[in-house]
Amino acid sequence: MAAMSSIHESALAYRGRRYLWVALALTAASVLAYAWHSPAVPPNGGTWLGYTLGTVAALLILLLLALGIRKRSYHSTLGTVSGWVSAHVYLGLALVVVATLHTGFHFGRNVHTLAYVLMCLVIALGIVGVVLYARYPARMSVNRQGRARAQLVEEVNDLNARALRVAQPLPAEFLAAVRSARDRLVLGGNAWTLLTGRDRSRVVLPGSDGASAPLANPFQATLIAWLGDRLARCQDGEVAPRIQSLLTLISAQRVAIERLKRDLAFQARLDAWLYLHVPLSFALLAALLAHVVSVFLYW
Amino acid sequence: MLTERVSIAVIGAGPAGLSAAAHAADLGIPHLLLEASPGHANTIRKYQKGKHVMAEPGALPLRSPLPFAAAVREAVLEGWDAGLAAHRVNVRYGAEAVAISGSRPQFQIALKDGSVVHAECVVLAIGVQGNPRKLGVSGEDLACVQYQLDDADAYRDEAIVVVGAGDAAIENALALSKRNRVCLVNRAAEFSRAKEGNLSAVLKAIEAGTLSCFFKSSCARIEASAGAQRGYRLTLDTDTGEASVACDRIIARLGAIPPRQFLEACGVGFPGPQPTALPILSDQYESSVPGLYVVGALAGYPLIKQAMNQGYEAVEYSRGRAVEPADEPILRERFAPLPFGLTVAGTLALIRERVPLFAEVNPLLLRELVLGSEVHAPASGTVLFRKNDYTNSFYTIINGGVDMELGDEGQQRIALRQGQFFGEGSLLSGRRRAGSALAGAGCVVLETPRREILKLMSSVDGVRRVVDELFIIRAIQSSFATDASFDELRTVAAGARLNRYRPGEMLFEEGAVADCLHLVRSGSVAVLRQLGGRDVVTSYVAAGNYVGEIGLLGRTRRTASVRANVATETVSIDAAAFDQLLARNAALRERIQDTIRERLAANARMQGQTQAGDLISFLMQQGLGEATDVLLINESLCVGCDNCEKACAETHGGTSRLDRGAGPSFAQVHVPTSCRHCEDPHCMTDCPPDAIRRAPDGEVYIRDNCIGCGNCERNCPYGVIQMAAATPAKPPLLAWLLLGSGPGPGGVAGAPADPQAAKKAVKCDMCKDLGGGPACVRACPTGAAIRISPERFVELAHGSDV
Repeated sequence: MAAMSSIHESALAYRGRRYLWVALALTAASVLAYAWHSPAVPPNGGTWLGYTLGTVAALLILLLLALGIRKRSYHSTLGTVSGWVSAHVYLGLALVVVATLHTGFHFGRNVHTLAYVLMCLVIALGIVGVVLYARYPARMSVNRQGRARAQLVEEVNDLNARALRVAQPLPAEFLAAVRSARDRLVLGGNAWTLLTGRDRSRVVLPGSDGASAPLANPFQATLIAWLGDRLARCQDGEVAPRIQSLLTLISAQRVAIERLKRDLAFQARLDAWLYLHVPLSFALLAALLAHVVSVFLYW
Repeated sequence: MLTERVSIAVIGAGPAGLSAAAHAADLGIPHLLLEASPGHANTIRKYQKGKHVMAEPGALPLRSPLPFAAAVREAVLEGWDAGLAAHRVNVRYGAEAVAISGSRPQFQIALKDGSVVHAECVVLAIGVQGNPRKLGVSGEDLACVQYQLDDADAYRDEAIVVVGAGDAAIENALALSKRNRVCLVNRAAEFSRAKEGNLSAVLKAIEAGTLSCFFKSSCARIEASAGAQRGYRLTLDTDTGEASVACDRIIARLGAIPPRQFLEACGVGFPGPQPTALPILSDQYESSVPGLYVVGALAGYPLIKQAMNQGYEAVEYSRGRAVEPADEPILRERFAPLPFGLTVAGTLALIRERVPLFAEVNPLLLRELVLGSEVHAPASGTVLFRKNDYTNSFYTIINGGVDMELGDEGQQRIALRQGQFFGEGSLLSGRRRAGSALAGAGCVVLETPRREILKLMSSVDGVRRVVDELFIIRAIQSSFATDASFDELRTVAAGARLNRYRPGEMLFEEGAVADCLHLVRSGSVAVLRQLGGRDVVTSYVAAGNYVGEIGLLGRTRRTASVRANVATETVSIDAAAFDQLLARNAALRERIQDTIRERLAANARMQGQTQAGDLISFLMQQGLGEATDVLLINESLCVGCDNCEKACAETHGGTSRLDRGAGPSFAQVHVPTSCRHCEDPHCMTDCPPDAIRRAPDGEVYIRDNCIGCGNCERNCPYGVIQMAAATPAKPPLLAWLLLGSGPGPGGVAGAPADPQAAKKAVKCDMCKDLGGGPACVRACPTGAAIRISPERFVELAHGSDV
């Protein structure tokens, strides 16, 4: 597989990983300060260092949340979105260390620990996101083989039209079967179907007893099996080659549907990740506000 | 035989003809307006319903008895209908003039129906579209035969035969095939003239059976078949014998006969053989036939208001009255800051006298050129353009001097004097300026936009010759930084040849005898090597550079092949002509040897990197060989969030000028549908108000004076121009975030506030008016989107091999 082109600079590699170094420096400074600091009471959020680390952590959270605003500020010239994402990833990782040191390792069943747990969840999800973003695009690209998604859909439809034409002169049941598979072809579906890449298409096959119930036809498998069966039994030297070419077309369609479903699944997972990461971040923001307000109230 | 006698005959009822006839009617002159079709203003009538007709140039006053202002098509046509009636214009529709003979005061106009019109003078205003080519078989005049299709949806369940194999025929056939049984008749075995998109669509339709096609077939005759289900029978000559098709309708799209033939038959002279040449006219629109006036688009004035003014003026001139042209105040204002203190006519005469280039240019063309140009009187030392600017206008020095700074640090200085011109390099090649131009003392220059000067070059052979020669001399000067004298270079230039190559054509093959060098004047070329039995691209050479330098140094065989990526022009220089220069200049030989060394090293680097070569080939196939700046997306980084499209739409009136998903990919490099700012932009080819310009940084952009005609959208082979109206403003970000008012940032904008709003052409302008560079690139969250120039393709490709 081709490597990344040298001219394209990924968000993680942005400007020689500038924000990785910033994040490392921040982490190192926090750890050193924590090790050097020896307060009269056990380390906690209430000492001067605790307050400092807490303030830094809260500001970091606001900065990380601001990515959502910067991403939508299309006129903004404050850095590039790619640079912001770079900072978001590396500073988000540093936040784990800064915030943990801020707690002084005091946890309990309270709103303070809730904020901490939410933060850890958001960051853990963030790491999942980094992995998805790093892996999926290349896999999607290989899967699509240089074509656009619309072209994949077009290919599926095109193969349908060709199959119908080939089926036209065959006995009526073939046209009925192909038409039914086309009518009951489901390319989209609900969130779960999309995420798992399942194919919930169905087909009504003309059975020996006349009309029968719709059967599951994932990736045209049922139709292919039925056509194979008909071909095996076919005695007619005129009809057999036509069934054969019908089978070839439907098999090609299977490959196209698989590709399309995979592409949609990849995209759905990338989208779904954002639907978890962002609402959880807002929950974190709420918990953080509760934490800060309550600390100042009870102080 | 019917004859009629008038004082003024006006031929063609477009804006110019209507205006001329109405003015003649106003003056009480016996006149007749002849129009071949059944109605006036055909071109405007063919616009889609409700289309806005714009009234550019805004500064030009209208001089016509008929009304005209920017409005929807219907209002413009109604105004003219009313005007024709009010002024009692004598018009005859369905009267096609087939020949004009004689001269003032005895013209005979022969009409198609055999009648003759006698006139003292003739105003010819037939436009440039020409008459459609006829089928030329018996039955071609039957009611079932038509030569245009206005609305494909108007026909249902008919059997229709479309004759022709060009884009018009294919587009008609495809549109009709939705509701009718359509059959195409193609004289050839394939559709070689069709655009890529039409070609694949028509082949697909034929394969799918939604359209049938007779190849290698031509029409033999058409007969009415009374009583049959289909009213007519078309007989075809096919390569397997005669075939017969029953049909209701035949649509022939065989192209048009350009009006030039008709004009030449009338005795009107042209300055040269180029198909784009305009007829020779006096400054009173009078052609080489006394009393025959040519106005409107046919005379080179494509805008409605100009044409209407000329119709009026031509009638005045024909009465022997010298009216002041409508554009006189514009020129007067333009000349006001000049130090000459002359009248408009005086200043024009001065320009003509001082600039030898314009010696052969007739006064009307010169006036038009100056009108389309800007006159500058800059202070000494002012920079007119900088090295590496992408501007492409052409400068003529009317007074004082200009200093050109060439070379990497501007070390080479050339002084240009009054009467000389400069800027032809970028004009012809579409590349960056090779040096900087600084105004000298008392400097007055005429800056002519690209379109105006190209129009002049195609009309006046002398201008083309002089500009071409100087281009070659200056190209040699800047390519080889030689200090050879002008006369020496002139001898070299005299031996140079101008070559034109089609896309994909070879300049020369590896192993062939090497006897000349090619300076790439426009377009670009790829250098290829035969490696392991296949062609591997080793480098990309843009216009303004040279290839085949080995040919100059007495080496005998080509070490690589060179292929044109796009339509390319080169100037080839023979080794023999260059020998004298080399003999005098040892440093020159060394410089060329350096270039050869670099090329060979690059070839060696690319060897074995077959995927890199394939990637460059792929990029060239996408037409990027003529690009100056292209959006490329790395598919291994792109998550498909479409933030690039959203950013584009948000910063540009709600319409994204790029389509991320569309377009092909190779080796994970995706070429989305987005403007690549061609060196020689196709969109500029036919822009009536000359609204498409190139900014100093290379952006090809559309100015506000766009009239929404859609020519650029049709002319762009890459489909990156759209016709769109601005969408309403969105609520601010915080209102969306906190109050939920929509549509949010990046969301789909609502429909334009006024559904009748004028649509104008929109395209990528590289965010030239925003800070920070292109919004699409700045908005990409993963770094997948970049904009680069083709010079970096090799660098890009190097990274693609592991």
